Amino acid sequence: MHDKYEAVIGLEVHAQLLTESKAFCGCSTKFGNAPNTNVCPVCLGHPGVLPVLNKKVVEFTVLMGIATNCKINSRSIFARKNYFYPDLPKGYQISQYEEPICEHGFVEIELSDGSRKRIGITRIHMEEDAGKSIHDISIDTLVDVNRCGVPLIEIVSEPDMRSPEEAYLYLSKVRQIVKYLSICDGNMEEGSLRCDANISVRLKGAEKFGTKTEVKNMNSFRNVERAINYEVERQIEILEDGGQITQQTLLWNADLNEVLPMRSKEEAHDYRYFPEPDLLPVVVDENWKKEIASGLPELPDIRKKRFTEHYQIPLYDAEIITQSKGIADYYEKVTAVTSDYKAASNWIMGDVLKVINEEKIDIKDFPVSAENLGELINIINKGTISGKIAKEVFPEMLKENKSPVEIVKEKNLLQISDASELENLVLKVIGEHPSEVEQYLDGKEKVFGFFIGQIMRQTGGKANPKIVNEILRKKLGEKKIK
Amino acid sequence: MSVTRKEVEHIAELARLKFSEEELDNFTEQLNQILAYVQKLNELDTENVEPLSHPVEGVNAFREDKVEGSVPRKEALKNAPAKDDQFFKVPKVIGGET
Repeated sequence: MHDKYEAVIGLEVHAQLLTESKAFCGCSTKFGNAPNTNVCPVCLGHPGVLPVLNKKVVEFTVLMGIATNCKINSRSIFARKNYFYPDLPKGYQISQYEEPICEHGFVEIELSDGSRKRIGITRIHMEEDAGKSIHDISIDTLVDVNRCGVPLIEIVSEPDMRSPEEAYLYLSKVRQIVKYLSICDGNMEEGSLRCDANISVRLKGAEKFGTKTEVKNMNSFRNVERAINYEVERQIEILEDGGQITQQTLLWNADLNEVLPMRSKEEAHDYRYFPEPDLLPVVVDENWKKEIASGLPELPDIRKKRFTEHYQIPLYDAEIITQSKGIADYYEKVTAVTSDYKAASNWIMGDVLKVINEEKIDIKDFPVSAENLGELINIINKGTISGKIAKEVFPEMLKENKSPVEIVKEKNLLQISDASELENLVLKVIGEHPSEVEQYLDGKEKVFGFFIGQIMRQTGGKANPKIVNEILRKKLGEKKIK
Repeated sequence: MSVTRKEVEHIAELARLKFSEEELDNFTEQLNQILAYVQKLNELDTENVEPLSHPVEGVNAFREDKVEGSVPRKEALKNAPAKDDQFFKVPKVIGGET
């Protein structure tokens, strides 16, 4: 029955901007500081204070607008969104309502069948965050104002997504872009990226939208897809039973795995927006826009394409490596040292990302420098060490960022490529194992690997496998003739 | 334009204020007096006038992104009617954030 329906989904994404200070005062934006220490009369909402806009907030928002193909409005104004809640000392949130700074943009997502789909962006506007209420402990509610006034952008999409999967892909794309631009760390669990969804369903082919609900409180990527899935199914079931959808705000409950309605009192949306008289209009002229645009980094999709063309690595590799700007930058630093581009992507996708994911660290804190990884690849290719030994050298490099050449010297891991030395070794091993030689001569090819293993064991894995292979084959061959 | 008693009640609720029956009657009357006074402006023809969002001229008043001006927590909490060592205290509010 579900095939009859399609979902119509729009997302509102809030991204916390990575500025040092708050949007309208000089307090620090640092996460995790002691409660009520990043505060001043402005963000505490004292009477008679004046907000002054942080220039970087405008620059970051315009940068996001440019990266998402938005029209940058030359003039935009702030508005007061009035509501009464203890974590909002002023009694209003400074936001933008009419005349936001960016409008009419789009991003492209790649669907599982490989096709691309454009998701429209209605608007991107600047606003401030609220504080934090803590309800659990005492009989009172405790309020921490640290987060009050921290700058956010709200990115509002068109209702262009038709499945929970598309919503997930769109959110991932937005997250990737804000991270590439270094304007937001994209951490959903810590709340620096938040997402609300507007969801309705309709019969396929219908033009009119169904009644929508808004789902909030989806505080992880997994929850977003799950919550939207749940809500779409719920709506379809109601319609199939002949019921009607009630327009309402729902909260996702990750423990119960379901959406629950907000109590109607909390839902009294009556924000009485009006222009914020304390802040002057923001004017972004062509010159300033150009200046901001000059700071635009190469965006992930373009970079991915360039990696497949310039470095000739598979699309799969390019996709993984350009997932994060830091990893892509690291890759390019490695390829500045070694011209084995594929080996570079293999090492990063394998050993490097494994450590990063396991230790949950950022690439900028990764202990092995790109230069040293490039050098490691080079000495493998030169035959100084074998690939197998490299897997021993790498953990040493992780311990302290030393040059692999130095480690190889210190640990005496240099590959043995000297033919006469290896020949003696081969003859010794053959002499020690007459029955295996017999088996080999009887046609048991597998025994060949046994001899290689013996030689590797005796050299601590340092024998050059290519040369050992040649000599061993030759020597065993000579036995055959006899 | 005028407001009904019901609208005054609604506005009071949005501001989390509680009024007595008498106060509600009073405020409704007084608010309507104010609105009637401001109504006078409607006599002007504003057909071709752009709405004014700001009474002063000028645009782009910015500050640089620099951390400064925070006050010690003791100072911040000083005027609060209820507090502990670290937090402002308010009567229990239940439910999600707006």
